[in-house]
Amino acid sequence: MRNTKVVTLEEAIRRSGLKDGMTISFHHHFRGGDKVVNMVVAKLAEMGFKDLKLAASSLSDVHAPLIEHIKNGVITGISTSGLRGELANEISHGLMAEPVVFRSHGGRGSAIANGELHIDVAFLGASSCDELGNASGCPRSENAKSICGSLGYALPDAKYADHVVVLTDDLVEYPNVPKSISACDVESVVVVDSVGDSSKISSGAIRDSKNPRDILLAQQAAKVIINSGYFEDGFSIQTGTGGASLAAVKYIRESMIEKGIKASFALGGITAHMVKLHEEGLIGKLIDVQSFDKVAAESIASDQLHQEVSAVEYASADNPGSAVHALDIVILSALEVDVDFNVNVLVGSDGIIRGAVGGHPDTAEDSALSIIVCPLLRGRIPCVVPKVTTLITPGAGVDVVVTEYGIAVNPRRPEIAERLKAAGLKVVDIHDLAAKATSVIGVPDPLPFGDKVVGVVMDRHGKVLDRIYNIK
Amino acid sequence: MMFVPGNNPGMMADAHIYGPDSIMLDLEDSVTMAEKDAARLLVYNALKTIDYGDTEMVVRINPLNTPYGHKDVEAVVKAGVDVIRMPKTETADEVRELEAEIIKVEEELGCVGRTKIMAAIESALGIVNAYEIATASKRMMGIALGAEDYTANLKTPRTPEGSELLLARETIVVAARAAGIACFDTVYSNLDDMETFRKEVELIKNLGFDGKSIINPRQIQVVNEVFAPKQKDIDKALRIIAAIKEARAKGSGVIAVNGKMVDRPVVLRAERVISLAVASGILNEEELS
Repeated sequence: MRNTKVVTLEEAIRRSGLKDGMTISFHHHFRGGDKVVNMVVAKLAEMGFKDLKLAASSLSDVHAPLIEHIKNGVITGISTSGLRGELANEISHGLMAEPVVFRSHGGRGSAIANGELHIDVAFLGASSCDELGNASGCPRSENAKSICGSLGYALPDAKYADHVVVLTDDLVEYPNVPKSISACDVESVVVVDSVGDSSKISSGAIRDSKNPRDILLAQQAAKVIINSGYFEDGFSIQTGTGGASLAAVKYIRESMIEKGIKASFALGGITAHMVKLHEEGLIGKLIDVQSFDKVAAESIASDQLHQEVSAVEYASADNPGSAVHALDIVILSALEVDVDFNVNVLVGSDGIIRGAVGGHPDTAEDSALSIIVCPLLRGRIPCVVPKVTTLITPGAGVDVVVTEYGIAVNPRRPEIAERLKAAGLKVVDIHDLAAKATSVIGVPDPLPFGDKVVGVVMDRHGKVLDRIYNIK
Repeated sequence: MMFVPGNNPGMMADAHIYGPDSIMLDLEDSVTMAEKDAARLLVYNALKTIDYGDTEMVVRINPLNTPYGHKDVEAVVKAGVDVIRMPKTETADEVRELEAEIIKVEEELGCVGRTKIMAAIESALGIVNAYEIATASKRMMGIALGAEDYTANLKTPRTPEGSELLLARETIVVAARAAGIACFDTVYSNLDDMETFRKEVELIKNLGFDGKSIINPRQIQVVNEVFAPKQKDIDKALRIIAAIKEARAKGSGVIAVNGKMVDRPVVLRAERVISLAVASGILNEEELS
């Protein structure tokens, strides 16, 4: 009786009742090391499926094999948070008949929970799973081959999909506790050689950026936080993984120690930097939707105060219980910011999709203070522009933009501008930053967009925010 | 003074955001023979188009006895550079030769006297002639030590403690002070050893240098920290300046602070501390007046 759930991938697919035209889903906790998407879609192609809709929490360079499956009609629809590499390039040039739907992490969680994004069959990779389907991103035996830590983005899929298949590279004895995905939500368990290469989640080591511009931006961002009025005992914080974001944490840490200030929690993608501050007693709890490196993944496996949250619990706009509502400060990056403080993190200034929506709009809108750290110039590319190529995070939620040429504060937050000026920081008008970029680089030629919609950006409330056109 | 290779447009565009007091765009050692003309054109355009704000702009030209030196002078004077840094200076005549070149271009432009000169001393002969070099022209604003060529010329390696540079450093400080111009120390190239760098900056500050040449923005903070006066020195200097003002108001000639008589060198030192505090952003000039 007990072993009935453990089957081959082909058998699991057959049992799932999957039919042409249905929606399949995946998580991206193995990031660049993911093996599940390519493995499952190759099997579906081999079994003759067509016209499937792929709902991933995100896609990256490693998913280039999907191009052939799109050309062959196996995959005809995609929804995701991000798109990178050759797949993104082909889609930007018009590979698909149906536009890709982009949602934020919180937006995807909400869309799954409220039925707007219905998942027929979820294929979820796990680093350990027992024969009944209790699954985790943490290794639980000597035979463990992978580790990804939090399974936060997979949890809405597990809860709401009609049928759930867990793929694992380490089948362990029942009961696999603590679990992330409950056996009660799982129909089949498939044992595979490898669900993902954990070394490609990130570099895995704490490295201080030596790039002088990153250091400058980080110092400025830290000064903004320290003088913002929100830097007080019990504050909460979220940061990205860019060089400047990580370096900012270092300077904030120094100030926390100096002033005797402790944070109540850190949220979001958790890095080794945050784990270090937590272990030093400077951050009370870690609320982890995604473990960004091996250190974070190992911490969540062993530390009671380092807790996993689902994408809904993390960043849903509709659910008042989501963590972003309690978030004080977030540091975010950008490809482009415009003079209305709108941010683009998805489409490059060459018109090609090369990023991810992520939790950007979720955290910007709901945090008390959102700080965008972004160089004014990346080589010959201006990053503060008159109008963003694609709107991802509306300016209403963006409070401060930190560049190497000065700090711009949203006119909606005059009190923050006053505090920063009083602290001696160089506060400038964002129009002056855009003009400065133009003065150095000139006015770029308009991008040669066509008239075919290749992507639709949904806001976190389920409405269309912007459209991405094909690039010629 | 931050060195920036004259063949790297990205670095030239960014250099001033880190807040160095002056930027030296280099046409000499960091540019290969094949790129000399391209770098000259880049530096010219950088000076003409990039808004460097209040940062003092210096260009290190190639020596005048190379095929590039004269063209370098023409280009950077036309671009409106503040200071030309002459490399490997050994005699006062070389400074006068450069001055004549500068005058030629300035006369053409109608702006005679605008361009200042800094001489880098990088050999034993240059050290022996340091005072003559420092006083060779009214345009001389400073002299600087170039330690790599100097130690090669002395036939000795560079050591972390820098004992081989002591005579050269002291000679340059003394020559600069005697001539009433500024003096700048050589670069320190190991970016991974900030501790030795800090010690070197402390040493040259105590020797009397006005500043340090740097090769990376990461070194700026260390130089600023070392050169910034300590709060107790600032407080003392402010008391001295206040006592002077009070004594002058009373018409008194003798000034005492905390029971000690204040004579002219003490006042000069106090004024230097205040000007360094202002330059370091610790004091602002409005507060002083």
